[in-house]
Amino acid sequence: MSTAKPGKKHRMNVRTRRAVYGYLFISPFIIGFLVFMIRPLFTSLWFSLCSLGPDQIDAAGFHPVPNGIANYLKAFTIDPEFNRLMVDEITRILTHTLAILAISLMIAIILNQEFKGRALVRAIFFLPVILSSGVLVGLETNNSLMQSIQSAIQSNASFQLSDSVMSILRLSGLGTGILDIVADVISQVQDIVMASGIQIIVFLTGLQSIPGSLYEAADIEGCTRWESFCKITFPLISPLLIVNIIYSVIDFFMKTDNQIMDKINTTMVVNMDYGFASAMAWIYFAVVIVIIGVSSGIVSLLRGGVGTYE
Amino acid sequence: MSKKPEVHQLPSFWERNRRSHGYLLRKEARSKAYKLFRFLLLFAICFLILHPILDKLSVSLMEERDLYDSSITSIPRHVTLDNYRITSEQIYYPQALVNTLWIAALVSVLQVAACTLVAYGFARFQFPLKKLWFAAVVLVIIVPPQTISTSLYLRFRYFDILGLFQLFTGKTQNLRGSSIPYYLMSITCMGLKDGLYIYMLRQFFASVPVSLEEAAYVDGCSVSRTFWQVILPEAFPIIVSCLLFAFVWQWTDTFYSRLFLGGNTLLSMQVSGIADRIGNYFSTQLGIATSLGRRQQFVSTATLMVIAPLLLIYLFAQKSFVESISTSGMKM
Repeated sequence: MSTAKPGKKHRMNVRTRRAVYGYLFISPFIIGFLVFMIRPLFTSLWFSLCSLGPDQIDAAGFHPVPNGIANYLKAFTIDPEFNRLMVDEITRILTHTLAILAISLMIAIILNQEFKGRALVRAIFFLPVILSSGVLVGLETNNSLMQSIQSAIQSNASFQLSDSVMSILRLSGLGTGILDIVADVISQVQDIVMASGIQIIVFLTGLQSIPGSLYEAADIEGCTRWESFCKITFPLISPLLIVNIIYSVIDFFMKTDNQIMDKINTTMVVNMDYGFASAMAWIYFAVVIVIIGVSSGIVSLLRGGVGTYE
Repeated sequence: MSKKPEVHQLPSFWERNRRSHGYLLRKEARSKAYKLFRFLLLFAICFLILHPILDKLSVSLMEERDLYDSSITSIPRHVTLDNYRITSEQIYYPQALVNTLWIAALVSVLQVAACTLVAYGFARFQFPLKKLWFAAVVLVIIVPPQTISTSLYLRFRYFDILGLFQLFTGKTQNLRGSSIPYYLMSITCMGLKDGLYIYMLRQFFASVPVSLEEAAYVDGCSVSRTFWQVILPEAFPIIVSCLLFAFVWQWTDTFYSRLFLGGNTLLSMQVSGIADRIGNYFSTQLGIATSLGRRQQFVSTATLMVIAPLLLIYLFAQKSFVESISTSGMKM
């Protein structure tokens, strides 16, 4: 990129000049992307194909020794807990993302209606954007000690949502299989609500940009509420579904109760096995890309031929 | 309609209901039922969100004996501020607060400043490979930081520019714990969630009418002056809300802090080991074993002390958090 001022003889034409300015504006990103993203990304891919443990590191630096896909094999076949953690984590991402989408869409629709005290309710609903970030999530579930404390405290505390529901359900004589699923969902409701602050804002934005006249017209034509939801609301906010899916999935990276990330960090910091840690991180990354790709595909299929709004 | 002179006055509810063959009653009932359902739902969810905070607040104010008293559930009988005093000593609260404030403010300003420039570039200029670079932004959003953390960790642990340090001093520079790399990353849009800020700001800039800038250009404004004097004031609300997000997320972040800011006493780092530290403190200093519940009490206190400044900010800037994002229109 040249920042030289155009000489008087051959001035750059407007288009070239705009392009140069464009590159000037995004240059911080380009530098950062090349130095702090592309290079580490390839280095880490290279590490994952190398043996790079405490033996390969000395005071002078580190000397990776290539050993093919041994680290990946180790993750899938030798390591006792990686497969289980991975399956757990994928299930959690899938179920939570679906639940977050459903709940945040529902809440956004409600918050888009007029009622008394809406400002206050909104303020409370977006509080999780602050409260469920970083260290605050899983501060209590993070160490094993705390988990035993939690159960100890909960048995004393008055508030035991899932247990009381469980006892009601047991009395009503439902099978234990259904019981477990119901209890599981209920005990996760709090997590899910706490994780859907941004998603609610995104959906709310989309809902507010849909002209009310569309609903009026549908009403006059005799559409039910459900029909106008399926034919108007859903197609028009479906682009936002992809935004929200991506946001929900990447939100899992930084959660401190993410067991895979925990394992990667431990492998890296405590065991100093950088090769193995990189391999696990790459497997996770690949899975995330597949999840995002497949869900975007499904959403665009659902949308079918419906045009987007811009 | 009725023959009486006051035609504009509607007949009674039951009269209208009779005329509509009960439709009106059903409609009213349905709408009332829906309103009740909506109220219950919203109330329940608000309770879910606020309950942990209230719970922590009450626990943090209790004396130890209140914890074991089963007749006390939420309102402490013996109110004490001792928990706050001990926690504050243990996590070096005043110092950690100042450090966190300073670093979070600096990092968020660096991040948002860089992201604003980049977002404007993406929104307003046409240049070759633009699509490719924007795909790079999306890539930055979806790459888990852990994937690149191994290599960043080793890079900064054994930092060396072209082998120069090795040549002169015989060893490499340990930059781990130094904050400089993190500031560099923040100013080049590779910090915490920077891809997201670029995306949000770009959406906003794209929605500003082009005619605004054209008018400035016609009046002889340069590109940089247009950006400073025309576009930035326009984008002030969204920039403020990005700043708030960056500040809050940096405040609670542990990942980047552990990787780069280990040398500083930060709240998020201090609070993550609080339970064990309190246990140590009681057993070594006072010779008392702490019960699990007691430690949990200190975790609650510490959590409250970390989020208190954030809650304060949220109280005053709630509108900026919510409204400006809604108006910016996060569309695909």
